[in-house]
Amino acid sequence: MLEAQGIHKSYGLTKALINVSLQICPGEVLAIAGENGSGKSTLMRILSGEETPDEGLLMLDEQPYHPKNPQEALIRGVSLVHQELALCPHMTVAENIYLGQMGNGGFSPKEAENMARPILESLGYQDLDPARLVRDLSISLQQVVEIARTQAINSKYVLLDEPTSSLTKSDIRNLFDLVKRLKSQGKAIVYISHFLDELREIADRIAILRDGELIHQGLMSSVTEPEIIHHMVGRNMTELFPRSERHVGKVLLEIDQLTGSNSKPNNSTFKLHQGEVCGIAGLNGAGRTELLRSIFSLDEVLSGKIQVGSSSPTSIRNAWQLGAGFVSEDRKEEGLALSMSIAENLTFPGRKGWKFSTSKNEKVAQEFSTKLRVKARTVQQNISELSGGNQQKVAIARLLHSGCEVLILDEPTRGIDIGSKAEIYELVDGLAKDGKAVLIVSSYLPELLGICDRIAVMNRGVLSEFVPVAETSQEKLMELCVTS
Amino acid sequence: MKAKGVIGVFIAWVLIYVVFMFLIWHFKPNQEPFLNPSNLELMMRQGVVVGLGAIGMSYVIMTGGIDLSPGSTIALTTVVVALVLKATNNPILGIGVSVLVGLIAGLINGILVAKLKVGPFIVTLASMLIFRGAAKGFANEQTVGSVPDTWLQVFTASLAKSERWQLIPKGAWVWVILLILMTLILHRTVFGRNVVAIGSNEKTARLCGINVNAVKIGVYAICGVFAGIAGLMQVSRVQIGDPTIAAGDELKMIAAVVIGGGSLLGGEGNLIGAAIGTLIMTTINMGSTQLGISNWIQEIVTGLIIVVAVALDRYRMTRPAKMASA
Repeated sequence: MLEAQGIHKSYGLTKALINVSLQICPGEVLAIAGENGSGKSTLMRILSGEETPDEGLLMLDEQPYHPKNPQEALIRGVSLVHQELALCPHMTVAENIYLGQMGNGGFSPKEAENMARPILESLGYQDLDPARLVRDLSISLQQVVEIARTQAINSKYVLLDEPTSSLTKSDIRNLFDLVKRLKSQGKAIVYISHFLDELREIADRIAILRDGELIHQGLMSSVTEPEIIHHMVGRNMTELFPRSERHVGKVLLEIDQLTGSNSKPNNSTFKLHQGEVCGIAGLNGAGRTELLRSIFSLDEVLSGKIQVGSSSPTSIRNAWQLGAGFVSEDRKEEGLALSMSIAENLTFPGRKGWKFSTSKNEKVAQEFSTKLRVKARTVQQNISELSGGNQQKVAIARLLHSGCEVLILDEPTRGIDIGSKAEIYELVDGLAKDGKAVLIVSSYLPELLGICDRIAVMNRGVLSEFVPVAETSQEKLMELCVTS
Repeated sequence: MKAKGVIGVFIAWVLIYVVFMFLIWHFKPNQEPFLNPSNLELMMRQGVVVGLGAIGMSYVIMTGGIDLSPGSTIALTTVVVALVLKATNNPILGIGVSVLVGLIAGLINGILVAKLKVGPFIVTLASMLIFRGAAKGFANEQTVGSVPDTWLQVFTASLAKSERWQLIPKGAWVWVILLILMTLILHRTVFGRNVVAIGSNEKTARLCGINVNAVKIGVYAICGVFAGIAGLMQVSRVQIGDPTIAAGDELKMIAAVVIGGGSLLGGEGNLIGAAIGTLIMTTINMGSTQLGISNWIQEIVTGLIIVVAVALDRYRMTRPAKMASA
């Protein structure tokens, strides 16, 4: 049994884990649920030796277990399969399975392949040729290779971090079979996922984290879905998503048969009106981000028409001038200039004329940062010092400062704390009430259902019709996301 | 934060200066003390060419770019200006031509960097060779001599006794004025802030509708123009057009920017720091010469200073990163 007792972990002032105690037993699947930032990943990293806890005790089969690095955890039989697969695409399946495990002597590809075969067989993948190159495999088979790697070193505890986030429905079925097989072999599996229906199907027990604390631990069969959600977010859905009266007005954004490179998007057509919030659901890689980016000229447009208000933007600058604004899904890489101040970041697109006054700029930035309740000492502060949620508020404040009527938000709540999320939902609602048009891409369906008026699904580049939220549900949307 | 950086470089310069004052007082008691008006003047005169170039280089490096061609542009400018002066004897035309040559060279760099997207290192490595070759071609592979005397010489001439109140040569005043002007442009214009934004995060700049290509072409053009003006100062000083001159000056400019607190990753740096960086190198050069220290030791010392400056830069870079992850 792998046991954590009273684990604490802080990063600076942020408490990632507070007094978390947990048991993981062989022969069972333990689900860990929680919002992004609730501490799931930190807990996994501690169990797999990537991080060390500040306080608390770890026990493995009644022995103290304090891995200083992943290598030590692997030797003790605990391995973590990351959401982002970490394979060498130019090497074979067998080489990947035994990467780092072959010692320093000679290496025989044949020998590795022969050793890999029974492992793949035990996972139910006897047909997977260990001599194949990993780059030729589908994502789901690559994942099998990752899991086979844990079995090559005979891991008893396998931690799976969001294993289904990029899988199709039939791949998910196969993964479930694999997990069940491991379970029947007496392994312990920790399964992290945002998809509650998946957890219900595969898990025996569930542990729910919220803001670093373990809120609930118990049998999967003794907890209902609304209860899980309640534990995860700490309040009921209706409180989280305010909905003022919105008045739908004229068309502000019109997309006509828009096609981008790689058929993402593929011939998309829709209209966005004043005073409405429209959402786009879909799996990662379905082309949602590409759709938003091509609307904003950030990605190449092969054909089709984009109209903001009454004219078609000719450049990114022109799109801003016409009153459209974009928030990137990647805050750190694209959204913000991290080495610059809050004030600078907030006013990039909205600057007029050629003169620049630092003091005036800071004054106006202060105004918007107060309006959006950005928690910072001053607007001169470097934006990298803020929490993710506050950084995101600055990224959105930028749109308001620039006077945008059409707000295009790509995963605006990814990786931010629940409090900031609630504030962003409130903000979006307020914007719609004021007659602005908001287009949101999100992977989190309850959020889309909570804040949007209409929702469409993007599936392999193809955008469905937008339907009113009242006529759809999480199940219906998911169905559309994963069917081909 | 920014002011602190400049103060740090300034203190380093003062320390280096004081070390030379001590060494000269100790080893060369018969010489004039190191701190005297003519040394100040000499330092400015020696520093003005690299110093002007470093202004333009700072702009380029601020965007995260690099320009390897200013040394060649300086040489090309000296040749063209010398030829023009010989033909017309018109100093105003000489000034105009120096700016124009620099501007064209810079625009070529800028357009290639913005459009080819192969990276400024490669583009300017190529243009370094091209401009150097062009200089040699225009000059027929020899120096362009017998340039007529004009008032252009005043820029780098020694100050007469009656002009001592001016403290430094007129060319150095040109340097100071352009330094202030370009600092103001960096901080007080939207263009200047866009330069910093691109260096800080080019993707963000693009997302926010900043015309990244136009700004990049702009900074390389600025770098070219300053190389042109530096070339003019070079002609003023030596009165010839020399196609082989200023080889390696681009590296001195980059060194000045780095010593002055600029980061080659972009987004950071300041012109005043780069100017002091230039003076640090000039001080080492001047002090070593007056001490009778060989050239090779000067070069090693300058190299060590760059290592220390970059190490300090790293140190400053890692600190905010730690804060960010907290």
